Amino acid sequence: MSRQSRLIYSPEYTNYYFHDDHPFNQRRLLLTHDLLQAYQLLRDEDILTPRLATDEELELVHDPRYIQFVREQGETDEVLALAVGYGLGTEDVPCFRHMHEASSLIVGGTLQAVDAVMNGQAEHAFNPAGGLHHAFRGRASGFCIYNDCSVAIAYLRKHWNARVLYIDTDAHHGDGVQWAFYDDPNVLTVSLHETGKYLFPGTGNTTERGDGQGYGFSVNIPLDAYTEDDSFLEVYQKLIPKLVRGFQPDVILTQNGCDAHAYDPLTHLSCSMKVYQQIPRLAHEMAHTYCSGRWIAVGGGGYDIWRVVPRAWTLLWSEMSDQPLADDIEIPASWQEQWQPRSELILPSRLFDDPFPAIPRRAEITEKNRVTLERAILHAPIG
Amino acid sequence: MRIEDIMRKNLVTASPATTIGEALLLLRLNRIRHLPILENEQLVGLVSDRDLRDALPSSLITRDDDDAILHKPVSEIMHTQVITAHPLEFIEDAAVQIYENKIGSLPVVEGTRLVGMITESDLFNSLIELFGVNKPSSHIEVEVDDRAGMLAEVSQVFRDAKVNVCSVVVYPGKKIGTKSLVFRVQTMDPRNLLHLLHERGFTVIGPTNGGVGS
Repeated sequence: MSRQSRLIYSPEYTNYYFHDDHPFNQRRLLLTHDLLQAYQLLRDEDILTPRLATDEELELVHDPRYIQFVREQGETDEVLALAVGYGLGTEDVPCFRHMHEASSLIVGGTLQAVDAVMNGQAEHAFNPAGGLHHAFRGRASGFCIYNDCSVAIAYLRKHWNARVLYIDTDAHHGDGVQWAFYDDPNVLTVSLHETGKYLFPGTGNTTERGDGQGYGFSVNIPLDAYTEDDSFLEVYQKLIPKLVRGFQPDVILTQNGCDAHAYDPLTHLSCSMKVYQQIPRLAHEMAHTYCSGRWIAVGGGGYDIWRVVPRAWTLLWSEMSDQPLADDIEIPASWQEQWQPRSELILPSRLFDDPFPAIPRRAEITEKNRVTLERAILHAPIG
Repeated sequence: MRIEDIMRKNLVTASPATTIGEALLLLRLNRIRHLPILENEQLVGLVSDRDLRDALPSSLITRDDDDAILHKPVSEIMHTQVITAHPLEFIEDAAVQIYENKIGSLPVVEGTRLVGMITESDLFNSLIELFGVNKPSSHIEVEVDDRAGMLAEVSQVFRDAKVNVCSVVVYPGKKIGTKSLVFRVQTMDPRNLLHLLHERGFTVIGPTNGGVGS
């Protein structure tokens, strides 16, 4: 059994905490960690403890004034006057004590994953706390304060001059990362998401293809609401190998938000756990075929923290660490016993979902997604 | 919003003596389609890429006088009756002018001095900004009766939900006697807002009935 993977994990990740009623809750990482242990998929030597990102590292992407403000805001209980201008103190990104440190730990975790992979300590690494893809250079957005994905890509560019393929399968468009590298032909950003017609952030149209030298190096697949597994995977599996062959990346960074699931309260893509088995499987295969295995995965969205996130990211780690789980495997009783009393929702009894009721107009949605895919790759590097 | 807020101020211009060949090059290099012609800083004419192309012979035949055409001055083909706008007019006035006259741009003139240009693309760009599409936001569409006070009632819900609105557009409704209010709101989690809207009896058009998947 290959043990070439690292999980970046610390219970301190839960310090990134807005308030009890906020949908973004890193408690999901505790549930995930415990489920991995219950399945006996984790050994002590698999785990790396995250470090804090330095200001210099954050400044690869973020405005120093913004970093300074986040630090100051985290030292007080009052919301400072300038907060709203920085996207903070809003309903989406409320302020909290020590927010700079909590956010820097998440970025540091992703950088640690990068270091482990690029220095050859491991082939793959997964930082489930990362994936905060909405944050901008000088502004918090969509639950995200610092953008660990963008910082990691800039760090890969700076220290290894690597060509980076970024694949974002969160149900929301990966806008922060896209705009950060919009004119860079060495970073190919790919986002599959629910169409922005209704959903936040509203961007991610097929026509957003990059700018200047980077034209063609942003690819967006806005999927229709109620896309479901088969159409989602058809598009993903057609798209990714073409882009990998055309772009020839040195390393793959995947953002593995799991909010496309039918149980997710914020989105409408209606996928099941099957996609969270298949998404990392293809990324893993591509990394071995084209990038000498170099694959870094981060978390992302996922707002059903009880029923979806622990299972989805367990599947990711199972794929990454070559420890496959059977399709009919049950959820360990010990995990259910531990967490059921704290959840208002009935926890699932199996790793995979029973089929959900079919959505009317499935054929039409499938067809529309195919057309979207064709449009999306018109000017992209494909091979 | 006024024209002076969105007009282009870095202008590429030519004089009546500029040759057709030079004018073509100016348009190509600057990726523009309209060239105002100035004489002593006064606007005296306008040529578009179409006017210049009309002046050229067909690309399918070769003729000896091609070169002669490229060396002729633009004064021979420029429009001298130019429809212009004033910087203090509203952008919707510019849209009406461009639409009704079926033209592609308006030179913006203060007195007789050219101060800017506004084109179809600038208006489209403003439309994108007005709809708030360029800001991270969720889209909320509410169908209401076409009577006084509805917008205020709906807005009250946004206020109660403490959600910041980036843009509001009012459309005629699909049914007679209704209007569609389309808001772009700065939140990734509109659940509470949607709940409040439902609770107060408003009809919200969501992806279930607004998109393909109905």
